[in-house]
Amino acid sequence: MFARENWVRAVMSPFVQTGQCGLFMLRMLAGLRFSSEQLRNTLQQVYLIGARSLVIIMICGFFVGMVLALQAINALEQFGASDQVSLLVGKSLFRELGPVLTALLFAGRAGTSIAAEIGLMKATSQIDAMELMAIDPVQRVALPRFLAGVISMPLLTGMFNAMAILGAVVFSIGVMEMDAGIFWSKLQHGVYFGQDYMGGVWKSLVFGGLVSLIAVFFGSTAKPTGSGVATATTNTVVLSSVLILIFDFIMTSFFT
Amino acid sequence: MRANYRVEFASGIFLMLGVAALTWLATEATNYGQELGDDSYVISARFVNVGDLKNRAPVKVGGVSIGLVEDVKLDPVTFEALVEMRIDRRINELPADTSAAILTSGVLGDRYVSLEPGGDPVFLEDGDELFITQSAVVLEQLIGKYLLNPGSSEEE
Repeated sequence: MFARENWVRAVMSPFVQTGQCGLFMLRMLAGLRFSSEQLRNTLQQVYLIGARSLVIIMICGFFVGMVLALQAINALEQFGASDQVSLLVGKSLFRELGPVLTALLFAGRAGTSIAAEIGLMKATSQIDAMELMAIDPVQRVALPRFLAGVISMPLLTGMFNAMAILGAVVFSIGVMEMDAGIFWSKLQHGVYFGQDYMGGVWKSLVFGGLVSLIAVFFGSTAKPTGSGVATATTNTVVLSSVLILIFDFIMTSFFT
Repeated sequence: MRANYRVEFASGIFLMLGVAALTWLATEATNYGQELGDDSYVISARFVNVGDLKNRAPVKVGGVSIGLVEDVKLDPVTFEALVEMRIDRRINELPADTSAAILTSGVLGDRYVSLEPGGDPVFLEDGDELFITQSAVVLEQLIGKYLLNPGSSEEE
């Protein structure tokens, strides 16, 4: 039997969590100091979050580019327009696939590790120890990870796109023996810097903030038990994947 | 201290790689740097029909691209299409009696504006209008004409 209270709580909990998450972000950003210590912590997190994700992002990007070129050539050949392949690959990469796929990979690779790390710090009372020493764990632990996520995501998206273009080059010029000059000139004339390229950069910045905010928030609010950390990690991946796709639609419909 | 140094080195490499990738993409794989910007001027022309001429279509003289179509709109009084073109400042000696035509690259390719320089000693300046224009040939209208009057000229 469900009590009336439980229903009210279940309906209200998404709103409560959104509010908590927003307040958490404000509290975190209030600690922004640009001090050298904060910069050093952020740089260390850029290494752990960004640089360590580089290899997986580059491999995935390369194969995404190859498969896009393969599918595009197959489809365009029916209209005798297979020299448009670079335009199709470039536009779809810069606008959608680059930012979205990088963000999904980032959520799986870095988001989980952030949430698990902070959750475990909580479970082993490290966070409590910090509070006892009058260090705000939100600003000391959460903020550098959040900043590192916002900094790393556009750079990772850039690497993803660059490797995907290289993958498309390898497949269409190397394997299918298409003309390299046509490939590059179609890209340079058809892909617009303002709309396509910068649109993707804005998206990746937003996704970077979104994923790292969710990871940091779920890590910090995890129950200090083994299963609590596991739940926080799972929730991070699920919620950030869903929100990435929702925000992608919202941003695309506003900016184009 | 040594371990920290390595971390900073690795993240520095990562940051530089990322920025390098973004710059490479911007310069090699987009139209960055091909915008005309301030170093250009605008001329306009009126056409009865522009076909499917789009913004950013090239403007060519003798097949060489010298500018872009900036805007295509309808004159609300004369119901003619008003095409504004942004021309590279380096091409600043177009005669005032230059004529404009809307052509198609290839049989089914994109529309572009072709300019044919005349012989007037006065040059076009920013905001001037071209008076000699030739509209786009719309394929459907041509086909329609041939279907409706078959062999009107020769067989009679």
